Amino acid sequence: MTRIFPQPFHTLLLTAVWLLLNNSMSLGHILLGLILGIVIPIVCQPLRIPQPKIAKPFKLIPYVLVVLKDVIIANIEVAILVLGPVKRIQPGFIAYPLTLKDDLPITLLASTITMTPGTCSCELTEDKQFLYIHVLDMPADEQSLIDYIKVHYEGRVKEIFGC
Amino acid sequence: MSFGFELAISILLVIGGIFIFVGSFGLLRLPDFYTRLHAPTKATTVGLGSILLCSMLTAYATEGRFSISELLITLFLVITAPVVAHMLAKVAMHHKVRMFAKTKHTELVDTARMQQPPASDSSSKLDS
Repeated sequence: MTRIFPQPFHTLLLTAVWLLLNNSMSLGHILLGLILGIVIPIVCQPLRIPQPKIAKPFKLIPYVLVVLKDVIIANIEVAILVLGPVKRIQPGFIAYPLTLKDDLPITLLASTITMTPGTCSCELTEDKQFLYIHVLDMPADEQSLIDYIKVHYEGRVKEIFGC
Repeated sequence: MSFGFELAISILLVIGGIFIFVGSFGLLRLPDFYTRLHAPTKATTVGLGSILLCSMLTAYATEGRFSISELLITLFLVITAPVVAHMLAKVAMHHKVRMFAKTKHTELVDTARMQQPPASDSSSKLDS
């Protein structure tokens, strides 16, 4: 069974995305989607790097809502900064000390940081200890920004992956 | 189409237009490469989001069906935008792109380029 469905969740996801892309539920598309959903995970299996399992999938929902709220606030803040006088902008780099260890949680955190208020993740150190972040408008107190990311995003990502 | 739908659709279109305009305007206006990176990755997310929402509403109001492809566009956008921004920032670091004079902690770029942890003096301050 595991040889035919190495990734049962991916099979379902690929079929669903195929049906959504075609915007139809006809039998032909369901069959074609299932074939793609079965063949692609088998072909891709040797390429996969083992990733930690999502321990608490339901924690993803509040996480997405928090990020969505922050994205909307970020948009308004960045819009005001862009339209205001350029001299007021104080950009800067910070090194964020990571406590996550695995690739998938770090990717999720880095993507979240890029999508939210005035921050953009630039580089990860080799030993996965620090994430370099470019900040569009650096607050006077840099530690407050690090604490905000730590409490709001990294803590929640840790809960989701249960590590 | 009822008046309510027309009103909602036009408000969404105007909001979307404003945010996408601000995002593009930021590209023109901000002082250096790194700050310009922020405008298109963020200021356009809400803009594009409201235009996609408007597209779903229009499909529902005119044809009476739920169109789901817009959700897929959102999904792909959310997955790809941060990766592209990350790669651009990485390339900029390696090319030693000129930075805005007021940028704080420019010394971090040198260690970031080598994927090494920051030098001990700045890390002890930030690591506490």
